[in-house]
Amino acid sequence: MNTTTTEAAAPAVAERTPQLMLVEGNEAAALGVALARPDMVAVYPITPQTSLVEKLAKLIADGSMDADIVDAEGEHSVLSVLQGSALAGGRTYTATCGPGLAFMFEPYFRTSGMRLPMVMTIVTRDGITPQSVWGGHQDAMTVREAGWIQLYCETVQEVLDTTVMAFRLAEHHDVMLPVNVCLDGNYLSYGASRVEMPDQAEVDDFMGRKDVNWHVALDPLRPMAVDPLTGGSGGTGPETFVRYRRGQCAGMKNALRVITELHEDWARRFGDSHRFAPLVEEYRLDDAEYAIMTLGSMTGAAKDAVDEARAAGEKVGLIKIKTFSPFPVEALKHALRDVRALGVVDRSVNFRWNCGPMFQETLGVLYRLGRQVPAQSFIGGLAGADLTVATFHRVIAETRALLERPADDEPVWLNAKD
Amino acid sequence: MYEVRIHGRGGQGAVLAAQLLATALVFDGKYAVSIPAFGFERRGAPVVSFIRASEQPIRQLTNIYAPDCIICVDPTLARTVDIFAGLKPGGAMVQATSRPLAEVTVADSVGTVGLCDAVRIATEIFGRPITNTLMLGAFARTTGQVSLAALKKVIEQSDFRHAGLAQNLTALERGYEETTVHTLERRITA
Repeated sequence: MNTTTTEAAAPAVAERTPQLMLVEGNEAAALGVALARPDMVAVYPITPQTSLVEKLAKLIADGSMDADIVDAEGEHSVLSVLQGSALAGGRTYTATCGPGLAFMFEPYFRTSGMRLPMVMTIVTRDGITPQSVWGGHQDAMTVREAGWIQLYCETVQEVLDTTVMAFRLAEHHDVMLPVNVCLDGNYLSYGASRVEMPDQAEVDDFMGRKDVNWHVALDPLRPMAVDPLTGGSGGTGPETFVRYRRGQCAGMKNALRVITELHEDWARRFGDSHRFAPLVEEYRLDDAEYAIMTLGSMTGAAKDAVDEARAAGEKVGLIKIKTFSPFPVEALKHALRDVRALGVVDRSVNFRWNCGPMFQETLGVLYRLGRQVPAQSFIGGLAGADLTVATFHRVIAETRALLERPADDEPVWLNAKD
Repeated sequence: MYEVRIHGRGGQGAVLAAQLLATALVFDGKYAVSIPAFGFERRGAPVVSFIRASEQPIRQLTNIYAPDCIICVDPTLARTVDIFAGLKPGGAMVQATSRPLAEVTVADSVGTVGLCDAVRIATEIFGRPITNTLMLGAFARTTGQVSLAALKKVIEQSDFRHAGLAQNLTALERGYEETTVHTLERRITA
């Protein structure tokens, strides 16, 4: 009897016991970054992002993360440092929010134009003025025309997992665009939940080989014009400029497919507790007459409210957007196929249209749907205000009313005094 | 779902206590969430933090308005803050105080009271009135919602320096041992 034969019959992949931890959203983002093994991290601390970059600094200082970290003199420099690193072939990461993102805007726009596959967490914060350091989506929404992919997370586990996936998404050759992983300041950044740590070796296999500057590089052996002067009305100027913009839009369009593929691959490798709807989540929409729509960490309370309303006989469902940019038009058309009234809850303001930004973007999808669906904009959770189960019962009731009457042109201001 | 609200003052470690408790609940095999309330915290000002525990995954990431239990780690806070706001009928109260039950303000909604002379014990252990880990021991004794073993494991894995680790383990154990638990009769139960 040969004992080695018996050993050879053991399963090739040992059953792993997942490592359970309780971490804040900010810490989860840092752990996700560490799993993705970036070469260069540049930071400038700002509330409510600070504990995220503190955790990264600690991971790098104690040797559990092999990256360089630059504590730059401001956010404009943060992104400029990372652009140089990416052009030299490095995998790059930063995190910011609110006024920090505003100060970053000029290199922020250049990052997507040069197709640099960078990952930046936005620990979302409401816009000043009036002064506030609390959560809201106004910062991320304000930069939504700057060519970055934006993914919004609902849970701490989703923050961790999405942060890893974001690197591969950014570096996918059909995409080559920078990615914002958006996590809600306060409720997600400081909210601590149970998470399962993915296995590093399996993550390494998922990530594959890094190849970030094959298309644009600062490399003496591959001389090329990086960010050339283009445009104007003569020569090839306008054509070159248009080629850049069309390429960015094509990358965005491809991202919808790649995001879906990556989420499927991730869930297949790590299991059901790591399974997240990639573009749009349809929750209890079967036979729903009307639906409410959410974004980010508010969704948990909204799902609990939908469950309670369903138990009371209401035919209500929920649509959650994860991928906000590129806007998931086809996935949303599918979610809305049988919906007869819609309430959209935004955590920020679209000043142009007197409504929430997600509401206004969704109107475009309703137009392509080709039928009239009464829809109401709700604005709440501004500057850290709480969106509770009770809040969503109000949203559900006011959306149900649209089955009987036309929608109001005015938004409903949740958390208002009146 | 079991919901806890911790009342304290800025600097007493109410937010850290919420994280330690939530971690212990995870070690006990439960799902747990801790959320700090957001306001203009500063040393000495009233602060609150929240913990949810459940056998099932927890979806709500919100503040808690109707807790099953309140933990008050400061003996003077109840004078200025309505620590009983929204407490579920028959709920539990875990209070740091040197006074006997008859001299403690207890709302009609409270069904179980745990009292711990945490400031005196903390002063003996730390030389300072740091009551948060003591009151976690008091919470475990009063409610049985978390095991003392899990709380010990959390403290052992935390970033305390050597003396701090021993002191906090002692505080946890003395908080558990030196808490008196009272079940109140004729309370509102519905």
